[in-house]
Amino acid sequence: MNKKISNQKAWWFVAPVIVLVAFNAVIPLMTVVNYSVQETFGNNVFFWEGVKWFETVLNSERFHASLGRQMMFTSIILLIEVPLGVAIALTMPKKGVWVSVCLVFMAMPLLIPWNVVGAMWNIFALPDIGLLGRAINALGIDYNFTSQPLSAWFTTILMDVWHWTSLVVLLAYAGLSSIPDAYYQAAKIDGAKPWAVFRYIQLPKMKRVLTIAILLRFMDSFMIYTEPFVLTGGGPGNTTTFLSIDLVKIALGQFDLGPAAAMSLVYFLIVLLVSWLFYTLMMKDEAQ
Amino acid sequence: MGLSWMAWTAPTAAFFICIVLAISLMGFLEWRNPGGEPRRGILTLDTTRGDRLFISILGSAFIHLGWLGLMGTPLWGAVIISVVYTYCVFRWV
Repeated sequence: MNKKISNQKAWWFVAPVIVLVAFNAVIPLMTVVNYSVQETFGNNVFFWEGVKWFETVLNSERFHASLGRQMMFTSIILLIEVPLGVAIALTMPKKGVWVSVCLVFMAMPLLIPWNVVGAMWNIFALPDIGLLGRAINALGIDYNFTSQPLSAWFTTILMDVWHWTSLVVLLAYAGLSSIPDAYYQAAKIDGAKPWAVFRYIQLPKMKRVLTIAILLRFMDSFMIYTEPFVLTGGGPGNTTTFLSIDLVKIALGQFDLGPAAAMSLVYFLIVLLVSWLFYTLMMKDEAQ
Repeated sequence: MGLSWMAWTAPTAAFFICIVLAISLMGFLEWRNPGGEPRRGILTLDTTRGDRLFISILGSAFIHLGWLGLMGTPLWGAVIISVVYTYCVFRWV
């Protein structure tokens, strides 16, 4: 057996992170677990309920509906943002002064606070005074995101694509910039077509950053709250009530802390499972 | 300020103590009997002991949720399935 040098002092460098994570994640999570098995009417008085809230949530049509909407939303934005982000990154200049200009323009939507994005798009898409709303209606299409579910979905997705495609672009661009010129030269000598260059050089080299991009976009969009809340408030009706919006309605609107805690744990487990599956499968290919 | 806002109950405390004990046991095993190098099992994944613990706990959580959603209480069936599942994960995954 090879003898390893035993020096565990480096663990102390991890200590601050562990303390931070304990306070901002572990302790709140433990509290949520405690809430999920109890009922409260305030004043820190709790009554034991066992797994009743989990049963309620798992059999609740309302939860199934918002989970379905959430999955549909996340799938749609991933299907749009990832290919679009990669396409934009491919068309961006590789060197010169335009690189910085493009990068700054790309980063701009990411710098805008989420509630401001929601408010901007709300005004932008209003059918009577907003530029987008007026323009679409002028084309003869009946569009009103405050009363039509389809319009509300269209606006929410467009807003998310506008806000977050840049993240995919920046990550994909970083992946592209790390490819040495020698690869392209070799491809040129072999007479490779642009598609072949993309498929066998650029895409494999971008895989790692794209994994991170998809994971980040999955988790963020699965937990999306502020933007649709400001834009549509979850409406019209419940058509854009995603999981977080529904959760807040239950927890704060109805003050049903127990069911809300049970719902957030189920929600957390789904995010954990999908992220783990995705990461493991991507890394498995990498190892091979 | 006490911990009353965290609304602790005996079962949830026991649950977290079990998780902490499981992680500590992993650490102890690794110290006593190093051998936590990644291993390739039936899922063709390279997993360490810690990975297998994670897969067991996450899987058990879903087994319990599935049982609760489909069969309801009591949860003894889910507990038995989870124990068998955990054994299988540690043995073959």
